[in-house]
Amino acid sequence: MNSRRHYDVAVIGAGLSGLAAGIRAAHFGKSVCIFERHNAPGGLNGFYSLGGRKFDAGLHAVTNFVPPGVKGTPLGRLVRQLRLDRDQLALREQKGSRVVFGPAGEAALRFTNDVAVLESEVARLFPAQIDGFRRLTELVRATPFEPDAPLVPAREVVGRHITDPLCAEMLLCPLMFYGSPNEGDFSFGQMAVLFQAIYLEGFARPAEGIRLILRLLLEKYREAGGERRMKCGVRQIVAEGDRAAMLILDDGSEVTADHVLSSIGGPETAALIAPPAAAGEAFGHQPPGVISYVETMAVFDRQPAAFGWDDTIVFFNDSDRLHYERPAGAVDPRSGVICFPNNFQFPPEEVPEEGMMRVTCLANYDAWVPLAEDAYSAQKADWFARVQASARRFLAPVDAAAFAAATRASDMFTPRTITRFTGHRNGAIYGAPGKSFRGLTPLRNLYLCGTDQGLLGIVGSMLSGITMANQRVLAPV
Amino acid sequence: MTKDECKKVVLDIIADIAPDEDLSAVKPEVRLRDQLQLDSMDFLDIVMELRKRYGLEVPEADYPQLASLDSCAEYLTPKFNALPAR
Repeated sequence: MNSRRHYDVAVIGAGLSGLAAGIRAAHFGKSVCIFERHNAPGGLNGFYSLGGRKFDAGLHAVTNFVPPGVKGTPLGRLVRQLRLDRDQLALREQKGSRVVFGPAGEAALRFTNDVAVLESEVARLFPAQIDGFRRLTELVRATPFEPDAPLVPAREVVGRHITDPLCAEMLLCPLMFYGSPNEGDFSFGQMAVLFQAIYLEGFARPAEGIRLILRLLLEKYREAGGERRMKCGVRQIVAEGDRAAMLILDDGSEVTADHVLSSIGGPETAALIAPPAAAGEAFGHQPPGVISYVETMAVFDRQPAAFGWDDTIVFFNDSDRLHYERPAGAVDPRSGVICFPNNFQFPPEEVPEEGMMRVTCLANYDAWVPLAEDAYSAQKADWFARVQASARRFLAPVDAAAFAAATRASDMFTPRTITRFTGHRNGAIYGAPGKSFRGLTPLRNLYLCGTDQGLLGIVGSMLSGITMANQRVLAPV
Repeated sequence: MTKDECKKVVLDIIADIAPDEDLSAVKPEVRLRDQLQLDSMDFLDIVMELRKRYGLEVPEADYPQLASLDSCAEYLTPKFNALPAR
């Protein structure tokens, strides 16, 4: 007797890319099931509840914001392909963000969703660089995403146009923090995608955060007839020849599918393949990423603006050279990202009641993993204070006692938390350094989508799922 | 079905998959791609909607026939008229 379930399409992971891929396939009449190891969807862009409050685990801001009516952009494509009503996304634009460098943020570049603001800031702070900045901007606009383009180091290309190293570092800082899986430098192609997403398009956020986006996707997926199995991951991908012949689920049951889309990462997917030799030399032995973060969350009894904190996002670095790499210690507090989720242009009825300050810093997975519970808690408490103190150097001063009195709750996640909830090795939030832009694997009916297919961010991850479903499942070429 | 009715069917589908496009002045003889922001993914969706709504199959080799409203009408109208009555 054969009790195996068969699907046209099996999707591993119910993050944004897996859900988007599932929606596309289901919409085209395919039988689809998404398998998710955790009880909640979201993956690297998840959420959690603590003490009656809801926290986003990934999302600071949705990038790629363009006003309604602007055509031919990633956000427009995404809305169209998933048949979303743009208004339902309730995206509200940022108020304004800053990149600050130097021990007390002496050099500051402001930017908004209007690139003219950044342009005038570059002209003000680096008058000799403005022509180069404009040339670089034009180059980015003229660089379509090309999966097979040779990888050119971003710093090399940027350096041809921006000759002042401080200016180049400041411009690269937000792009690296919001999307580079690589230490030190990344490819110009990836940089161009992020430059477009962050500087030429912009930041926005629904007041409710990632939960609203996930809810919309789940509704679409259900309406289209898709199934999902929560708390039931895929334990093994059984290869026969060059095909993924069967999936073995966490509960031991077996499933077959014509197509398998895996959103869980390249090395993570390779590790599921049995026999391991079927994963091939290159795919089977790719190194996982090492870029991971800690994030502190402080919830307080007033709007951040009441403390004089008006920024939406602040990218800080306390010297003139950014060290975007896995730190030697547990955390590198010298640089990071401060996000005030309150500081978007919400209509009065949407403004969150409590204030929140989130600070992200680079962290070393290996320094967090071996700790016993007590030591882990102590290390968290220690670094919470140090990360907060580091970030506060770049904000309007507020008396420590007053801030403590206003604080209602706090929390922190670490690389260990990321691996526990997403399965990504090393807590690598942007996945492996080697991306598979074509989404192909050594097994001809197994494809990657999501982080390690190479499109990043909220919009990028959904587009990744859409693109891979379209190219690999719906219209194989 | 007449050719004009067929064009209307195609326009209705485009209106659903690309609600942000202004379809009031689409020229029937001009390639849709040249006057609207439609990419190959969108054409895939047009084909899918034809199948879902009308049970009408367009093989991949025939996708170029959907280039303009006129060519859509030429190609699709006989197919519509050959469908069993529902």
